[in-house]
Amino acid sequence: MTAAATAPGSHGSDPYALGRDKEGEGGGHGHGQATGRGEGGPASKRIVVGYGFWIYLLSDIIMFSAFFAAYSVLAKQTAGGPTGAEIFGRGRVAIETGCLLLSSYTCGLASLAAARKEAKATLAWLLATGLLGFAFLAIEVQEFASLIGEGAGPQRSAFLSGFFALVGLHGLHVGVGLLWLGTMMAQIWSRGFRPEVERRLLCFNLFWHALDIVWVGVFSIVYLLGTIG
Amino acid sequence: MMLGKLDWSAIPFDQPIPLVAAGTVGLIGLATLVWITRKGHWPYLWKEWITSVDHKRIGVMYTTLALVMLIRGFVDAIMMRTQQSIATGGAQGYLPPEHYDQLFSAHGTIMIFFGAMPFIVGLMNFVVPLQLGVRDVAFPTLNSVSFWLTAAGALLVNMSLVIGEFARTGWLPYAPLSETSYSPGVGVDYYLWAIQIAGVGTLMSGVNLVTTILKMRAPGMSYLRMPMFCWTALGSNMLIVAAFPILTATLAMLTLDRYFGFHFFTNDAGGNMMMFMNLIWAWGHPEVYILILPAFGIFSEIFSTFSGKPLFGYRSMVAATLFIVVVSFTVWLHHFFTMGAGADVNAAFGIATSVIAVGTGVKVFNWLFTMYGGRVRFPTPMLWSLAFMVVFVIGGMTGVLLAVPPADFMLHNSLFLVAHFHNVIVGGVVFGAFAGYTYWFPKAFGFRLDETWGKRAFWPSLIGFTLTFGALYVVGLEGMTRRLQHVEVEEWVPWLHVALAGVGFMLVGVVAQVIQLVVSIRNREALRDTTGDPWDGRSLEWSTASPPPHFNFAVLPDVHGEEVYWGIKQKAIESQQLAEAPAYEHIVMPRNSATGVVTAFFATAIGFALIWHIWWLAGLGFVGAYATFVVFAWRKEEEYEVPADEVREADHARRAAREAWLAQHRDEQVPA
Repeated sequence: MTAAATAPGSHGSDPYALGRDKEGEGGGHGHGQATGRGEGGPASKRIVVGYGFWIYLLSDIIMFSAFFAAYSVLAKQTAGGPTGAEIFGRGRVAIETGCLLLSSYTCGLASLAAARKEAKATLAWLLATGLLGFAFLAIEVQEFASLIGEGAGPQRSAFLSGFFALVGLHGLHVGVGLLWLGTMMAQIWSRGFRPEVERRLLCFNLFWHALDIVWVGVFSIVYLLGTIG
Repeated sequence: MMLGKLDWSAIPFDQPIPLVAAGTVGLIGLATLVWITRKGHWPYLWKEWITSVDHKRIGVMYTTLALVMLIRGFVDAIMMRTQQSIATGGAQGYLPPEHYDQLFSAHGTIMIFFGAMPFIVGLMNFVVPLQLGVRDVAFPTLNSVSFWLTAAGALLVNMSLVIGEFARTGWLPYAPLSETSYSPGVGVDYYLWAIQIAGVGTLMSGVNLVTTILKMRAPGMSYLRMPMFCWTALGSNMLIVAAFPILTATLAMLTLDRYFGFHFFTNDAGGNMMMFMNLIWAWGHPEVYILILPAFGIFSEIFSTFSGKPLFGYRSMVAATLFIVVVSFTVWLHHFFTMGAGADVNAAFGIATSVIAVGTGVKVFNWLFTMYGGRVRFPTPMLWSLAFMVVFVIGGMTGVLLAVPPADFMLHNSLFLVAHFHNVIVGGVVFGAFAGYTYWFPKAFGFRLDETWGKRAFWPSLIGFTLTFGALYVVGLEGMTRRLQHVEVEEWVPWLHVALAGVGFMLVGVVAQVIQLVVSIRNREALRDTTGDPWDGRSLEWSTASPPPHFNFAVLPDVHGEEVYWGIKQKAIESQQLAEAPAYEHIVMPRNSATGVVTAFFATAIGFALIWHIWWLAGLGFVGAYATFVVFAWRKEEEYEVPADEVREADHARRAAREAWLAQHRDEQVPA
């Protein structure tokens, strides 16, 4: 920070010569305040909300990591039941993955449309996101149903318990995300782009992309490693 | 079935103890409700407390919940100590095994999750925004939700006293004992849902405080100017964010096992019960640092204030705190050295466990050097802090002893271990909580707590604590294992009587603490803190009035160094005048919200329904929770304005008090 040097006299007693930026001079996401290092005072609401949601997402990823760990410990414990290679269909998972990754792309397009304040385009892209998410979920439910039908349900073995819990947890997140998405679309429809709606949209974007990242882990560790082994 | 597994057999009509206890609690609760209704206090309570999103109010409510739950947990402790003192030889005592098992499980669960945690979270909630010089936490409504979810969890645990039963598995429901095959009743389910609901509250509170500390600080409040308590709060809340999701996941897996026949931790079908130990302690060990780090922060504030000196080695304190945060995730296996992981694994975790004591050692020396050469005063908060330092060093040493795997093989599961963790949790966290309670009480309510009764509470507590856990160390070394409902070895009995006598002393301390509160409220005019700075403090919370206005500061403080308020005061004495009155502007504050209490209502309904398999009620609860979310999302006005005139008026009163204070320091020399 060079503000101390450019603001003569005001920081004589400042042992760390930190000083602080006047409003409008600072860096920090183009919001005119250098926040986060104490110079500019409390950060703007948008930054606080986004930051807080990041912290929440980190905690969510830790929860997933516990389920990943449990799955890895139990992956070979098939108790005489089917192994991953016998029950995982790569084709189905490829379609699932395609749906989810594509939905992240449309979600990004929705946020771009929201940045341009185009309500109709935003709603259209959000709808596309929701439909793709729903397709993903439908394929997953169908996979679960057929596995349970074949007698390969979560009660069959510890491996299947770990599998159903991990993949199901991700699916639960997608389901909750869809509910959130629908609520938010209704809100954009009825309220338009108020600042708090925009902040929620930002958080939803972060959430949806984080689910994508988790799915990459699920895809690799469960389905890819499971069908190789 | 409309009511799932719930029917009249759930009420223990044949067991007088829980029935009488619950009846008494119920009567007291009912009497309180009747009193509130007759006095017409409901509108006040609803507006000023229940729906409040003010971090100070929420902090006070957390602390109140904690004090009530500490008493509940203490009653459990008295019953256990009494049982062990009389159930020896032919005598069976008054608690049958299945009741005794519920008692020690409830004692641990309540003390950790609903006593210690809310106390610490409450103090952080109250103090951190004030010390950072801001008006509230990052997410005020979420803060209210967090508190009410914690209260919902506490409610569920206490309901188990009279509706059904509580877990008999210990405060951590070790699998496979906690699986349906060995614990078919609702006890473990009460535990699971109460802790899940409260745990979500704690996680949200952690997210909230991390965001607050990292993103909401007064202008100029750089990291290395934050008071030590904010640093330890940051460490503690980062641990909450990193550790509590593991607890949520672990309990969710056990729930899946119990409700849907999954095989995470079962004996059969490839389940792995040791995975439960690993997962639960991967949360559980950081948890003890979640509790103790803020206590370290409290002691740091108190040693510095009452020694009239800056905290010695501030930066090494920060480093030690962050060191503990990181290393706390590398020691969990010392909770089950006897698992059989092998010598190498045990050695690695034993060394890590010993190493983490270095961070605490740094802190102890820093506190000693803070007092060295200072003008030390000894009011009640300082007494708790000094006692902490002595007993915590002893507890730390027995901890390092237990960290040596061969020694642990001998002492595992013994009363020596029980004495050790009470030594550090009571001597560290509870003493810290009481120190913080007496230290910040004047800030919260505008009057000090009575010193005489404070000391009368302190000394019996310390003596009782020493007697109880000193005796338990001894019987532990003699081989007595924990959780015994009946004592076979006659030689242990005298020591158990000593432990019981210690509990008697602690009871005197508890009663004195209650009297202290009553006496102080009665004498509040004489104990009034008019200056806002009753202890000659050094950080920003003492710069505002006691109690602070709901917006905390008329204008956000301008921070120009460490120990901000000390600097401001020195400057005022030097120049013999206060800083010029600032230009007052209107302040935007968050509106009250019933979201928290409504969410908790539905969470309690969901929890109760899931415990008793009342599926329609659970569904209804989820619909209600979603409706609450929608109503909250659609509210039109989230904030209101405090007009500049009101701000000016509040600050004028404060400045007048500070002028009076300055007049008393007319001729003081400021040391160079």
